Amino acid sequence: MSTEVQEIAPKKEGLFSKKNRKLLSDPLNDSNPITVQVLGICSALAITVQVQQAVIMSLSVVFVMIGGNVIISLMRNIIPDRIRIIVQLVVVAALVIIVNEVLKAYLPDISEKLSVFVGLIITNCIIMGRLEAFALANKPGPSFLDAIGNGIGYAWILLAVAFVREIFGSGAFSFPGLGQVKFLPSSWFIKAGDAGMVGFYENNNLMILPPMALVVVGVIIWIQRSKNRALIEEN
Amino acid sequence: MKALHDFLEKKVKPNFVEGGKLSKLWVVYDSLETFAFTPGHTTSKGTHIKDGIDLKRTMFLVILAMIPCLLFGTWNIGHHYFISINAPGATELGSMFWEKLGIGAVKVLPLIAVSYGVGLGIEFLFAGLRKHSINEGFLVSGMLIPLIMPVDVPLWMVAVATAFAVIIGKEVFGGTGMNILNIALTTRAFLFFAYPKQMSGEIWIHEALQNKAAGLAMADGYTGATALGELATTVGRDKGTSEVVSTMGQFAESGMYSIQNCFLGVIPGCVGETSALACLIGAAILIFTGIASWRIIVSFLAGGLAMGALFNVFGANAFMDVSPVHQVVMGGFMFGMVFMATDPVTAAQTAAGKWIYGFLAGFLSIMIRVFNPAYPEGVMMAILFMNVMAPTIDHYVIQSNVKRRMKRMTLQTANA
Repeated sequence: MSTEVQEIAPKKEGLFSKKNRKLLSDPLNDSNPITVQVLGICSALAITVQVQQAVIMSLSVVFVMIGGNVIISLMRNIIPDRIRIIVQLVVVAALVIIVNEVLKAYLPDISEKLSVFVGLIITNCIIMGRLEAFALANKPGPSFLDAIGNGIGYAWILLAVAFVREIFGSGAFSFPGLGQVKFLPSSWFIKAGDAGMVGFYENNNLMILPPMALVVVGVIIWIQRSKNRALIEEN
Repeated sequence: MKALHDFLEKKVKPNFVEGGKLSKLWVVYDSLETFAFTPGHTTSKGTHIKDGIDLKRTMFLVILAMIPCLLFGTWNIGHHYFISINAPGATELGSMFWEKLGIGAVKVLPLIAVSYGVGLGIEFLFAGLRKHSINEGFLVSGMLIPLIMPVDVPLWMVAVATAFAVIIGKEVFGGTGMNILNIALTTRAFLFFAYPKQMSGEIWIHEALQNKAAGLAMADGYTGATALGELATTVGRDKGTSEVVSTMGQFAESGMYSIQNCFLGVIPGCVGETSALACLIGAAILIFTGIASWRIIVSFLAGGLAMGALFNVFGANAFMDVSPVHQVVMGGFMFGMVFMATDPVTAAQTAAGKWIYGFLAGFLSIMIRVFNPAYPEGVMMAILFMNVMAPTIDHYVIQSNVKRRMKRMTLQTANA
């Protein structure tokens, strides 16, 4: 045999190839974990009363998601198939405990307000879903991007909902470090004054209750679908 | 429907046709008649539909049935306003009729205008966006909304609540006829949870809060709370305590909230809900014209009476001891029964389903108001809850019918 055998090396794919960039951008809109896949609704309803809580929650979820995706992706070839869920849970739980302890140490106020919902990140369907659907079958690089994409997809919905709810529900805006700033003048509010009732405004209490978060998420889904016809199912 | 038509045709119309006493008002008569009936000159040969009652006419008749509640409620606002400011002779039912009506009209007309303005505006907007003709779905809701509001509720709140109910309660589901929840009740539920301070307490009398904050005293023994608000204070207290006894004194024969007063409706409350009598006149119109389901009305009333009687048997607190008849004439029970529970879109559709739906709604209304002092009026919650349950009820009614007929069929084939 005199013909040369040429080794065909697989073409190396850059970290920011077109395919990988899609991993980042898709979850923001077309396959958003909350509005399209309808995952992680529980925390979206529970901790979106104030923006500051939503910011911290989003950062925590992004951190856990990146950590979980990368670690599981690194371990994907040694995890026995039958116990993969347990392995994933252990990894995620370890990361959540780290987040929880950090929050307790540095942001005790917000940590108290978030209460069990930091612990419940373990059961957040988005995280488990990405581990199962993506990290187990892909290399760490793309897994990392996928985690960031989905994390931000989750975060922007959370922040949008929290923004609306806080403005109308508490008449305020908050951000970690700033605290809550009530920007409406107190003379606006209806109360008994010296010569009868004064003021005309009242905060919308329903916005603070969880059902309204569902309605706000629903309205976002409505707007998104009317803009993006591809998302509308047949019949 | 037909009887009404015959009456108009034989007794009323001759006055308006040429040569009649009121022939100059023919245009007005004609426009109003075609609001309720199809014009008589459309088909000359081969009639196909004898009584084509459409959405517009249905809606119009319901509004007609609400007129007694509206007029009475308007007068009642003025009546209680003058009582609360100690106007001489105001407690007489016949005195100061026009002044009372005037005060009421000043408060009620803006409510109606806001409700219709916002609701129809959104309706037009969506009709434009979705390119379908404007349908009359909001006509009734727009009149119901002002009737279930407290007098002094800020108008912008009514606007926000109406917008919410029409968009989230109706348009999201596809518009008129597709909604799961009654629109007017959705509006009220929104206000109830969003602005609780404006929907409970001493807000039922025009300017009562204003006067109180300015240091003016109300007439003696006049608290401005609704009958149910007063009763809610007795829950969780012993029947013998002096506060409870004095509260219950108002519900005795000569008290302010006696059965007679509650039935007539001369008690504080939402604009149009206080008078059981006016509601029953409305019910008569609706049943007579065949628009509201009499099954729902009868079973709703039966449900309320049954729960009231059941509470009498236990009698654990003063509220439970209130007689069933007294229970059903108080608060919005009658109004909900006649105008809300019978909403043909959100109620159960099957005949058996209507019985179940109405009975449970009435039953729950009384149960919620007695068990939960935080919701002095349970009718809103009960009807909204049964709205959600109605499709399930219908499903099981239809399934059981299918099963029964299957059984009959197999029996027949077995016998053959």
